Amino acid sequence: MLPGNRTCAGCGLSIAYRHILKALDGRAIMTIPASCLTVLGGMYPVSSVEVPVMNCTFPSTAATASGIVAGLKALGKEGITVVAMAGDGGTVDIGIQALSGAAERDTDLLYICYDNEAYMNTGVQRSSATPKGVRTATTPVQGKQTYKKDMPAIMEAHYLRYIATASPAFPEDLYDKVCKARTVVGTRYIHIHAPCPPGWFFPTKETVNVGRLAVETGAFPLYEIDHGTFRLTGRSKTLAARGELKPLHEYLTVQGRFKNVPRETLDELQQHVTERWQHYLERDKAGA
Amino acid sequence: MAVAETQDTQIITGNQAMALAAKLCRVQVVAAYPITPQSQVTETLSEYVESKRLDAQYVNVESEHSAMSVCIGAATVGARAFTATSANGLAYMCEPLHWAAGARLPIVMGCVNRAMAAPWSVLNDQQDSMSQRDAGWIQIFARNNQEILDCAIQAFRIAQAVCVPVMVCYDGYILSHTVMPVDVPSQEAVDAFVPSYVPHTILDPADPKNLNQVTLANPRENERGVLCHGYMEHRYLLEEALEQALGVIEEVDREYAAAFGRSCGGLLWTYLADNAEIVLMAAGSLASEASVAVDELRKAGVRAGVVAIRSYRPFPKQALVNALAGAQCVLVFDKSLSYGNEGPICADLKAALYGTNTQPVVQGFIAGLGGRDVKARELVDVINRNLKEGIEPRPTQWVNCQI
Amino acid sequence: MASPSIGEAGLTGQWRTRRPVVNHDECVAAKAGRPVCMQCWLYCPEAVIKKSVPIEIDLEYCKGCGICMEVCRSGAIEMVPETDDKDTE
Repeated sequence: MLPGNRTCAGCGLSIAYRHILKALDGRAIMTIPASCLTVLGGMYPVSSVEVPVMNCTFPSTAATASGIVAGLKALGKEGITVVAMAGDGGTVDIGIQALSGAAERDTDLLYICYDNEAYMNTGVQRSSATPKGVRTATTPVQGKQTYKKDMPAIMEAHYLRYIATASPAFPEDLYDKVCKARTVVGTRYIHIHAPCPPGWFFPTKETVNVGRLAVETGAFPLYEIDHGTFRLTGRSKTLAARGELKPLHEYLTVQGRFKNVPRETLDELQQHVTERWQHYLERDKAGA
Repeated sequence: MAVAETQDTQIITGNQAMALAAKLCRVQVVAAYPITPQSQVTETLSEYVESKRLDAQYVNVESEHSAMSVCIGAATVGARAFTATSANGLAYMCEPLHWAAGARLPIVMGCVNRAMAAPWSVLNDQQDSMSQRDAGWIQIFARNNQEILDCAIQAFRIAQAVCVPVMVCYDGYILSHTVMPVDVPSQEAVDAFVPSYVPHTILDPADPKNLNQVTLANPRENERGVLCHGYMEHRYLLEEALEQALGVIEEVDREYAAAFGRSCGGLLWTYLADNAEIVLMAAGSLASEASVAVDELRKAGVRAGVVAIRSYRPFPKQALVNALAGAQCVLVFDKSLSYGNEGPICADLKAALYGTNTQPVVQGFIAGLGGRDVKARELVDVINRNLKEGIEPRPTQWVNCQI
Repeated sequence: MASPSIGEAGLTGQWRTRRPVVNHDECVAAKAGRPVCMQCWLYCPEAVIKKSVPIEIDLEYCKGCGICMEVCRSGAIEMVPETDDKDTE
């Protein structure tokens, strides 16, 4: 990834993308739909990434990537990782059909969702990955009324060999996961948290702190499901072994988008996080 | 049921002919999604692939939007890609249709013409492909199963020559499900006719490029200070390619005739048109029906002929001006309608003739919507009625519409 | 079809309102004389920090987000306001 691109200062996606590209080690072809990542890639005729990129329509990231996989196979070209990388909108909403289809076919591609929890590129409209309570351009007064969709769980229902969550606040964990995913055949899915200063309303310098708090409060646990074995990783793993989760409000209060969330909703969110963490602890213990 | 690979005449359906053409052209990636009346095309291809008679990647996608997206991905890395669809399926892939044309990818697709919902109809008319006529695809109409095979083979060559995707359209059920004799060329002969695909855009990790980025309104310099096209220039080039395609379509058909002994007529298929005063115009199987009507009219002393649209996009303006030079009137039978205006072929014809010396009376008809059968007899009756009343410009007439 | 190049959006250093200033006396890597720690390099969203000893920040493209300051383990980085007369060194 080359400096001087169009991402906002402090962009969480940028941090993640640097390490993803490092882990891909130059032997990848990427498909990218309309998203912040398209903009990062640059306007014609200059590119800001040193990897071949095929921009595609918003809904079709996984389908276009499937076409690339099929084409490369038909031409007998091997050793290239095909990576479909889309935002939350392009994965959990408009892109879900193509992704589910590609995953069901066990298409040999790595799908990465970078989740900044709204349609950021078009001005912070809510997506189905936006957490409950959050104010966005389309939930400006009451905040989002429904829970964030659990996309990794949906992908688990496709019997994939490798699924993981990761965060740019923990780049080594992210890097390792991309490296591991590269070695697995079939559809691999990595869901990456991407803190967004303008969209989440926090100062640009706080991106990594916010990302860390997301993991440390259990709002975004780090885990992988590797050939059916569930395990917490990195910071989430150490938290499970030694400590307790930090209270969720430590994560929520540093972001303006959670301002004015009513007390009942905050309690609900804490309970939701606690229950899910329990569930992950049990799975981690059972390894399943 | 898949056909045997012989060099004989085979009695096959239109769908089988399309599948066979794709196989003979050695398509490498097939995207498949079922829709009536197209499904047998992709079913036949799946049989070829699974029995290893066609070496291709067969991708069972989960929607038509994805079908075209798979073709786009495959074509971009240099594989020959193919799919087929109809009606609502074509509509669902509208977004990637525009993309494929704008990205200049030589994808070939079979469009089995079927009526658009609502209300639901699985039967034939041409509203589906006509609705996509602005996307930038080349659209070629086949009149019978032989032409389906011939047009499809030619389509792969045309697409690669001008880097524009090609849609081969044929009427659902009337052709797709009807058996007709089809002369099937040998694999060697087709190999000689259709060159292998060398992509103009390469996705290569060794030399990374970024394709189809956001392109600004005005030209912009690249990293070496060279001024590169803005959006409008890219689109100008697509239009230029479509205009070039007029010549390429004719040339490929001529070469096909030389290689295989059959011509589809180039841009237009004509029947007794040279000295015709009354010209019937249509696209697809209706043109064949019109030729039967013409025979009957001729017996009754009417100097009738058929000028059929084979290449609808690009629209063969000059060819039509020439072909209709001696006609008194042209009766255009559209199996579709640009609602709020008139039949698309009729409207395009009037525009093509504007300002030229070829000025027959053009009368538009809407026929055959939703599978309403159009018999030669009905065409004859309609024409005789119009001749009796005197040919003059009238509002669009509907053939056999029972209101 | 576009080729990669640095600075696709122009000199993004001009977006800054604050600029990172490194105190190499406090920097862990500078003191150790080896490329250790390097949290600033690890977390910089713009990839403008060079993993050298001492570290170098490309001020032509640094957007001034301040993440390097936040993640620095020894408080060696400070974000100072950009002045009107820009000297990009």
